[in-house]
Amino acid sequence: MATPNTSLRTARPSRWRLFVRSLAGTGALLLRDPYALFGTVVYALFVLIALFAEQLAPFDPLEILFTPEGNLAADLRPSREHPLGTTSLARDVYSQLLYGTRSALLVGVTAAFCVVAIGTVVGLVAGYFGGLVDTVLMRLADIAFGIPFLPFVIVLAAFLEPSVWNVVLAMALILWRDTGRVIRSQVLTVRERSYVEAARVTGSSTPRIIFLHIAPNILPLSFLYGSIAVGWAILTEASISFLGFGDSNVISWGYMLQDAFVSQALSRGSYYWFVPPGIAIVLVVTAGFFISRGYEELLFPRLREED
Amino acid sequence: MTGISRFGRRFLQMVFVLWAVATILFFLFRLAPGSPLAAYIEPTFTQEQQESILRRFGLDRPVHVQYGIYLLNLLKGDLGDSFHLSGSVASIVRDVFPYTIALTLVSLIIAYIIGVLAGAFLAWRRGSVFEGITIPLVLTTRAAPEFWLGMILLAFFSFKLGWFPAGGALSPGAEFPNNFARFFSFDFLRHLFLPGLTLAIYLHGLPLLLMLSNMLEIMQDDFVTMAEMKGLSTWTILVRHAARNALLPVVTAFALGVGYSIGGNVVVETVFSWPGLGRVLVRAVASSDYPLAQGAFFVIAVVMIFMNFIADLLYSSLDPRVSSGDAKH
Repeated sequence: MATPNTSLRTARPSRWRLFVRSLAGTGALLLRDPYALFGTVVYALFVLIALFAEQLAPFDPLEILFTPEGNLAADLRPSREHPLGTTSLARDVYSQLLYGTRSALLVGVTAAFCVVAIGTVVGLVAGYFGGLVDTVLMRLADIAFGIPFLPFVIVLAAFLEPSVWNVVLAMALILWRDTGRVIRSQVLTVRERSYVEAARVTGSSTPRIIFLHIAPNILPLSFLYGSIAVGWAILTEASISFLGFGDSNVISWGYMLQDAFVSQALSRGSYYWFVPPGIAIVLVVTAGFFISRGYEELLFPRLREED
Repeated sequence: MTGISRFGRRFLQMVFVLWAVATILFFLFRLAPGSPLAAYIEPTFTQEQQESILRRFGLDRPVHVQYGIYLLNLLKGDLGDSFHLSGSVASIVRDVFPYTIALTLVSLIIAYIIGVLAGAFLAWRRGSVFEGITIPLVLTTRAAPEFWLGMILLAFFSFKLGWFPAGGALSPGAEFPNNFARFFSFDFLRHLFLPGLTLAIYLHGLPLLLMLSNMLEIMQDDFVTMAEMKGLSTWTILVRHAARNALLPVVTAFALGVGYSIGGNVVVETVFSWPGLGRVLVRAVASSDYPLAQGAFFVIAVVMIFMNFIADLLYSSLDPRVSSGDAKH
């Protein structure tokens, strides 16, 4: 029992350890790119805000507030007590903004993970096995490309119980298609490399070849797609909440924008209410773009070499 | 592979995807809360209406028969009747469709003209401080939710300055002799301006970045080096050689963009109360008007699938290096 174990242990880490080491090296290199550094700092900041929203927020985001005189504290302009004013339902905008970070990051990261995990597995399996499996999976991808994404999320969100997870589900059902196709074509090239060939000839099992020899080579690409998918998920969640198909018990930036929109904040010029949630979305999505861009240049350094 | 059989294969693929999406829609709308009849019949319908719809869609028959009837009706363009609006779904969709197409095309064309020119210019000035500032800015416009951009434009230009109407596509009571007069009237264009601008700001990033990276790639190709060695000026090389070749993927992206925007316009149409397909879809879903929602969804899907098809054809016919749908790497 000890022998196979050790042999496994000596064999397994080699490629993966290389992979982890290269990942750490990538991280260090990435931070030299000022934009990627900016993106990372923004992300770190948002994660901190999400973790400590309770401590940072002066009010409960759903609490209906009253003025000392006992009036409803609705539609107040920014003040010392309410840095971004209050909503028409007398809720504190600043507290909502802080809490919105939570659902944005939660939905963004979960959806991105699901999309990329499904896409990567589909791409790996289709690319490695080829034949009928490949045909079936790629026709499924064709179908997924034929479904208009936002309308699909709307219909799904309307038919299921209102929840932020509807966006995650819809993204997982549809958006794996892009990652799946790209990973598949990458697998097709990696598959023909000599060490994969060698592993096959020496009788390595199929899962072993796929996950030990091929996966480490394509995971950087999956990460790249993942970092873009986070932004997509956050934008989609915001759109769905804005259209009124979100969960109105969960504060998200999209919900705040919808609330402002239907409460005539636009005609009153309450910029302090509807501008900040949008800026938060732009910041976190741009941060993702910057990180993925820096990462892409590390993966495919062709253009950079020319300068 | 010859061009004809590639076309035939791709065409069959399109028909297959259309069928698959129609099937998914059929089952998706049976998920709708309420009885299976809820997808077509509302309690407020009169007895005669209910019976006529029962017969038209075979709702008293087993599911597989219903499915067959559903597909046949789709082929005939019969999408049922709206619950809340008068008339058939097909006629409602036909009425709002031009508004969506007008908004999509106008904003895409503006976005692509600006994007292509700016992308080519940035490729020419590559590595400059200007590029360093512009690229992050462009990425930012792609990160901004369209509806939020629309809300700010609406609050400022419409509510504060009063330069543009706050929504809709035509002023109340405006009459026009025909559609041409309507879509080219000053009134319509004034309504179109803000939603068009919002979409154009959002959409111009893709052609810009595509053009930029294509130009940079092509400028390293042999024929450009040749042209340089022949002593042609940078400008001539850019316009005559690089730009022409760099445009191919942009053309494909434009075709794809038409398809995606039809479905993606949903939020902008809602912000500006634009009477298009997306807004019809949102309102139909929100008011449980299932036949209308299903019909609007299907039409959006058809346009998208068709434009995917066109984009693939364009891509393979414009670029001789592409053989059977594989990218050029």
